[in-house]
Amino acid sequence: MDLYEYQGRDLFERHGLPVLAGGVATTPEEARAIAERLGGRVVVKAQVKVGGRGKAGGVKLAEGAEETVARATDILGMDIKGHTVHKVMITVTADVADEYYFSYLLDRANRTFLCIASVAGGMDIEQVAAETPEKVVKAPIDAVKGVDEAKAREIVSAAGFPAEVADQVVEIAVGLWQAFIAEDATLVEVNPLAKTKDGKLLLLDAKISLDENAGFRHPDHEALVDQATVDPLEQAAKEKDLNYVKLDGEVGIIGNGAGLVMSTLDVVAYAGERHGNVKPANFLDIGGGASAAVMANGLEIVLSDPSVKSVFVNVFGGITACDAVANGIVQALDLLKQRGEEVTKPLVVRLDGNNAEAGRAILDGANNPLIERVDTMDGAAERAAELAAAGV
Amino acid sequence: MAIWLTKDSKVIVQGMTGSEGSKHTRRMLAAGTNVVGGVNPRKAGTTVDFDGAELPVFANVADAMKNTGADVTVIFVPPQFTKGAVIEAIDAEIPLAVVITEGVPVHDTAAFWAYNVAKGERTRIVGPNCPGIASPGASNAGIIPADITGTGRIGLVSKSGTLTYQMMYELRDIGFSTCVGIGGDPIIGTTHIDALAAFEADPDTDAIVMIGEIGGDAEERAAEFIKANVTKPVVGYIAGFTAPPGKTMGHAGAIISGSAGTADAKKAALEAVGVKVGKTPTETAKLMREIMSGR
Repeated sequence: MDLYEYQGRDLFERHGLPVLAGGVATTPEEARAIAERLGGRVVVKAQVKVGGRGKAGGVKLAEGAEETVARATDILGMDIKGHTVHKVMITVTADVADEYYFSYLLDRANRTFLCIASVAGGMDIEQVAAETPEKVVKAPIDAVKGVDEAKAREIVSAAGFPAEVADQVVEIAVGLWQAFIAEDATLVEVNPLAKTKDGKLLLLDAKISLDENAGFRHPDHEALVDQATVDPLEQAAKEKDLNYVKLDGEVGIIGNGAGLVMSTLDVVAYAGERHGNVKPANFLDIGGGASAAVMANGLEIVLSDPSVKSVFVNVFGGITACDAVANGIVQALDLLKQRGEEVTKPLVVRLDGNNAEAGRAILDGANNPLIERVDTMDGAAERAAELAAAGV
Repeated sequence: MAIWLTKDSKVIVQGMTGSEGSKHTRRMLAAGTNVVGGVNPRKAGTTVDFDGAELPVFANVADAMKNTGADVTVIFVPPQFTKGAVIEAIDAEIPLAVVITEGVPVHDTAAFWAYNVAKGERTRIVGPNCPGIASPGASNAGIIPADITGTGRIGLVSKSGTLTYQMMYELRDIGFSTCVGIGGDPIIGTTHIDALAAFEADPDTDAIVMIGEIGGDAEERAAEFIKANVTKPVVGYIAGFTAPPGKTMGHAGAIISGSAGTADAKKAALEAVGVKVGKTPTETAKLMREIMSGR
């Protein structure tokens, strides 16, 4: 889960790291209250999870409450690269003398964590690394030993931070690592880590990702999810414990296992190239045990997407037996009928693996004109794409 | 023969008394696996009956090893307890630990991996979030359905469970030496490269299927490894060509970040070193069939 800048600022503040005083507003009136509390000159920043908001006019200075209200009114509701601004962060300003870069992140390739530090901050670190690689230090962090003062000094010296800020950077490096661990983050990026004209260091921006698998030890993280930007179908699926991602095509997809479902999306997209360019409408992994109830919930979510014209149910029976899945599909259609949500879109079903013959016989025996059985994955994808193209 | 898991492997189950653990212990036994016991500190000294097979429960992995000679552990404990269970296995220096559990925090995986490295990597860790290892006809450690394929000379390494099963099934008449599900998490113990190296060295494996998916650069690094070290034919498949950036597709590790981790980049890297990459699982199986029919 990626956090907004203001959530990152709050998180840093909670962990005792130096940030600018500020708050977040969803209305111009809330912005006024914050400006009055802070007093003097403030900066109003659009809260969107996309870069380039400064250039888009999403960051403005304001003097006093009236101007803050005016700037917040301008920025709230603005569209930045397809993201609507629902919130602005308002902070006091800082006299910046120098800008550095500091981050901790997951290093998948080396199965550990990595610290990236640079005295050339304030710009895109990938660009700095490409143009002046000598200015970027990448230090692996041992996941057991972590970052203590000695390790922090090593990083600070390797990155060439000036002597007058070294102690402060060390303290921030240790504090930031503790926050990284305590919050189960997979990324904390501070760019810029700013030095003010009076020589103090401040964390001026925050890019943070948290590990959703660690949610069981962070009940507070749930509140960080921005409900306003969550797709309603994804939300409904989550409430039913289904792993669903909304995409923008016409062929609804239901399958078992993340890899098989990803593969199904690809195969449908290839088939779509021959049938009106239809595409997969969603990712939905119903997992191992495809019971009637789970299948009904899955079908309900997929079919409530109005752009879906056909559904491809792609199941490989490994542990799950295909006859159970077939019964699940047939019962799910009855169940939906009873719920008053009768299915009218065609379903292409491919069952293979454990008890496939018995499963196919159950589908045939159901005599439901909406269910079409195709026994190969590629063939079934082709048929589902064809039906979607015909129904568009 | 096979890699890592053979008919002589003695398997214990951490979490054998839980619902998933007991269900799959029963399945492993039915597949002919030599399961010799389980671990649960609260039930140590008792036994569990699996259709006539009385399996002893031990207080910890070290005890289980001492009493049974076990050399493989399969871990089914819930995510909150997985780190502790793996560290216990590392401390006991068991040669192979297969971590089935899904949803383990990545900080926990990073910590037990670092711990294993500090201890000299005496334990091979497979997973977490993986279906395990199956050497058809010999032994089965994990949740891979045992009866969908026969014994043969293809080696399989995959990030995905169901795609593993699909591929095993498509090539069931030719058969497999060993199938390894390495898991879909961002940090995993055993990588594509580890499995490729083991299959290359295995006299009973003639060719290798490698299944990858979006996220990270494991497939790109595997391609470099193949170029330098693998002489046996390799066929590849990558899932997720149509996955949008920034969205996690089921597996915690299956996410395209910016322009990194795309299926196109992985396919290109593999093809650049001479690996044939199938467009669909079925086409991939066909490519392998062609290779094996020439033998």
